Amino acid sequence: MQRFKQVWGVFRKKPMAIVGVVMLSIAVFVAVFAPWLAPYDPYERVEIEIEDILAPPDPEHLLGRDDAGKDVLSLLIYGARISLVVGFTASFFSMFIGTTVGLTAGYFGGRIGNGLMRFTDFLMVIPDLPLMLVIISVWGRGLWKIVLVISLLYWTYTARLVRSQVLSTKERQFVLRARALGASNWRNILRHILPMVVPLIIAQAVLDISASIIAESSLSFLGLGDPTLVSWGMMLNFAFERAISRMAWWFFLPPGFAIVWVSLSIILIGNALEEIVNPRLKTHHLFDPRRMVSLSPTPKEQQPTEPVLETN
Amino acid sequence: MQRSDYLIRKIGFAFATLVVVIVFNFFLFRILPGDPVRMIVHSPRMTREAQEKIEANFGLDKPVWIDKEALTRGDIPGAFDTQFTAYVRNLLRGDLGISFSTRRDVSELLAERAWRTVVLVGLGEVLAIVFGILLGLIAAWRRGSRLDTGILLAGLFTWAMPTFFFGIILIIIFRGRLPVGGMVTPGLKPEDGLEYWLDVGKHLILPTMTLTILYASEYLLIMRSSVVEVLSEDYILTAKAKGLSTIRTFRDHALKNSMLPMITVIALTLGYTVGGAIQVETVFSWPGIGRLMYEAVQKRDYPVLQGTFLLLAVSVIAANLLADLLYAVLDPRVKPE
Repeated sequence: MQRFKQVWGVFRKKPMAIVGVVMLSIAVFVAVFAPWLAPYDPYERVEIEIEDILAPPDPEHLLGRDDAGKDVLSLLIYGARISLVVGFTASFFSMFIGTTVGLTAGYFGGRIGNGLMRFTDFLMVIPDLPLMLVIISVWGRGLWKIVLVISLLYWTYTARLVRSQVLSTKERQFVLRARALGASNWRNILRHILPMVVPLIIAQAVLDISASIIAESSLSFLGLGDPTLVSWGMMLNFAFERAISRMAWWFFLPPGFAIVWVSLSIILIGNALEEIVNPRLKTHHLFDPRRMVSLSPTPKEQQPTEPVLETN
Repeated sequence: MQRSDYLIRKIGFAFATLVVVIVFNFFLFRILPGDPVRMIVHSPRMTREAQEKIEANFGLDKPVWIDKEALTRGDIPGAFDTQFTAYVRNLLRGDLGISFSTRRDVSELLAERAWRTVVLVGLGEVLAIVFGILLGLIAAWRRGSRLDTGILLAGLFTWAMPTFFFGIILIIIFRGRLPVGGMVTPGLKPEDGLEYWLDVGKHLILPTMTLTILYASEYLLIMRSSVVEVLSEDYILTAKAKGLSTIRTFRDHALKNSMLPMITVIALTLGYTVGGAIQVETVFSWPGIGRLMYEAVQKRDYPVLQGTFLLLAVSVIAANLLADLLYAVLDPRVKPE
């Protein structure tokens, strides 16, 4: 708990992180209250005239209409639900898998640990978008299938991160001492090792949310989204197939920027978290980059002499 | 670590990965609920002879993996006369099956299109590496300045953007000024010589730009944090303390040491690179492997899907191996004997 308070203390002093939190809160608010915010129900059948197709924005339809005469703003608002649900659940599952694999491989090591890491390396080498395309097109389209495929492919970075952190933590004094006192493996992992790794896992999981959202939108754009739901990626697929030649910008710009909005907010938060919890990203207190810059245009007479010591 | 041990380990891993990919590719298309081959075979629109021919072609009359009956009889060669061995045998001969939609050999389709993807991705990748490293260095050098914040924000913004959407935006911006689709203006033929190739070059600009900017943003972020990390090392402080100029500190100490992680990162992001190529080729109708894969998905053309996936996976595995070998040459910690 102490550690979380520390992290939060540093976190809220970072302007980019705060911007990210605000942006994400807006998106979550829109997703939760979609039925009250959306002017129309996008899943309702509408009777339309021919001129309603791809009609440009007007006071009744603030973002115009799509190729089926539906209100783009309402589709956009409901789409937030899909992106966020996919992002959060897929990243939660991949965090879970990655942490389990990483802890097992790092703490127990041995043959099982080696095998797990080889498998992780293997998954990292396989190009993920083609693999997802192949699996979804053979298995069939569906929201939960997409979530499952993303979580089964995106845990590898977490696993590596956790493993390397566990390897160094388990040799530290307090863990060795606990072990000497006869603490069981379970107690050791849960009480001593996991708390040291959790901040790193969370930072990585946050970044995974944005990766999952982008993966879902790419799959939907390539025509493999859930056919019963309209996600932002699928809107872009329809817009690209049917509306780009008519330059119906109100149809393809909003969903695209909505994806960027959500994933950027998450990246801003994740980056700030990573900078705080990853000790390797801190610089030496004696090294001030601004001093280095001001040193570079040194006047001729003050040019530092060649160093006597040549260390290499 | 001895260099030869390192090489053997890396080559062994690449080979094992390849085997797993082939086995996976075989089983995925046969075991999942929507088994495509069986679906075709049971299509009522086919004549009995056609069905039998396809069955024999895919070896569907044989067991899938191992013939247990033959094995118990002690008939070892017979036990391995299965669908899987037939698949591997065909694969080794370069036979990837026939496309459902165009009735052409899949390997022929792949061979025809591969170079287009290689040109596009190669160009985008090289430019991205150059720009990514340069911008990352500058950002890390001026860490905390307004320039750094600007580069960082631009990097994060493009990182948050799906590849296909960035392509669409470029189409909107450059429509009418640059070609936004296809590989060449209809009517021009390779016999037209220079004019043809100039036209292809023009069609390459936007897809390459999309890939370059998106990959470069990824590399610049990693390069920046890698350089920042190196700058916190004691030897940089030493270099500074002994009076080296900023430029020499960066060139001789920071750059070299941050380049090694970059090679690993570039190798690791190659899979992502391939995913980007599928999206860019789709958006710009660039007739390469990625576009072929997109079309195969639309038409449920399973042999083509299987073939493109295999080709993409094999290329990424090979590129990774190459990066590992390069690492062995560049990193002095991997000893040359």
